[in-house]
Amino acid sequence: MNYFEQAFVWLNDPLNWTNPDGILARTAEHLEISAAAILLAIVVAWPLGIWLGHAGRGGAALVVLANLARATPTVALLTIFPLTVIGFGYPPIVLALAIFAVPPLLANAYLGMREVDPEARDAARGMGMSGTQVVFRVELPLAVPYLANGFRTGAVQVVATATLAAFVNGGGLGMIISRGFGLGIASGADQIIAGGLVVIVLCLALDGLLAIGERLATPRPLRRVLKAGRSVTDAQLPTGSETA
Amino acid sequence: MPDDPRNPWFSWEYVRQNIDSLTTALQQHVTLTLATVAVAALLGIPLAVVAHRYGPLAGPILSLTGVLYTIPSLALFALIGPLLGLSFTTALIGLVLYALLSVVRNALTGLRQVPADVRDAANGMGYGRLGLLWRVELPLAWPSILTGLRIATVSTVALVTVCTVVSYGGFGNLILTGFNNNYYKPQIMAGTIGCLALALILDLILVGLGRLTMPWARRRVAR
Repeated sequence: MNYFEQAFVWLNDPLNWTNPDGILARTAEHLEISAAAILLAIVVAWPLGIWLGHAGRGGAALVVLANLARATPTVALLTIFPLTVIGFGYPPIVLALAIFAVPPLLANAYLGMREVDPEARDAARGMGMSGTQVVFRVELPLAVPYLANGFRTGAVQVVATATLAAFVNGGGLGMIISRGFGLGIASGADQIIAGGLVVIVLCLALDGLLAIGERLATPRPLRRVLKAGRSVTDAQLPTGSETA
Repeated sequence: MPDDPRNPWFSWEYVRQNIDSLTTALQQHVTLTLATVAVAALLGIPLAVVAHRYGPLAGPILSLTGVLYTIPSLALFALIGPLLGLSFTTALIGLVLYALLSVVRNALTGLRQVPADVRDAANGMGYGRLGLLWRVELPLAWPSILTGLRIATVSTVALVTVCTVVSYGGFGNLILTGFNNNYYKPQIMAGTIGCLALALILDLILVGLGRLTMPWARRRVAR
């Protein structure tokens, strides 16, 4: 049997979908773990990023954080956390995934707040808005496209990384692949390839879906501006406003 | 889980007794990382040049590398593994496909940042297309290319651990066999520290390379 044929034969068996550890159950598990991790990461990253961006502080610390997250193997956190007071089960996995989702969410929230036109901020101040009002009625609405982009990056990353939970027997779609590798490459190939395809389809579909969401979250006039970069806004808004 | 004195988080005793398996893991980890970054640079920089020269190709090249980056590493190894077996090649191909995005994207950014005036001046001085690329554009894009190589190196060191599914995980093999052997903490921790230290050292080497090759940027790079 050729390469893809064996995977499709495996996928064509309804039992492989409906078993207690079949594709459907594993997908549900995968999405549950991912959703929890994304929520946890958002609760931490967005308020912090918005505050740091509003205050214009901590930019250098964010770079260090991103580099540190990049250098830390997911496998390390997945194996270390269960052995601490956190214990086994879903919590250590959710926490590990959430930690890796924080940098993109945080960076985009920060960037979105920093990229707000200083003149819009000045105008809001001039109208007598307080700091809180400036955040919620001027800066945050303008930062929404960035938040949406961070959400997309973070969510896709979490769903992709959740596959690795299988290394610590933690559930999710990665289990189908790791079981296949456990059987040995010769006899488990059908399952390995099928599992790989399912995970890839899930991630690409999610990315596509969130790309649409990101577009919808960006107001139409901003779409062209964000695409063309900052130069457009700079050209449209000559300096020399009344506050200067 | 109560703390067991026979299972501490770190133990020099473990390091001393297992120095052989630690060096084997280190060797595997370093070889795989260097090979990955080298291949990713040899493929990625020319790809960026092509994307830069032939504008319409930039979109497809960037989206293709972006799609590859979206695919989970384990799924990538799941597709390559059955074809090429549990081998160095399988690990290398998967890692290179990941590293490509950082290399291509940063190299392209660097090439695009070359000022049009500079390009004009080079044309006026009689540089041909190759001369322009080799002696003007690439040197000016070098800081950005190097940033891409640093990102690719650091993330590859972390990602090598996942190659444990094709038996080429370097320190990742230690981490996971430690976990599967009654949660043997000294081994998990030694593998983790090994990964982090290796990422840091390789990154510092690349920073040093940057200082050697870009003496004019010393004040800006200094942190």
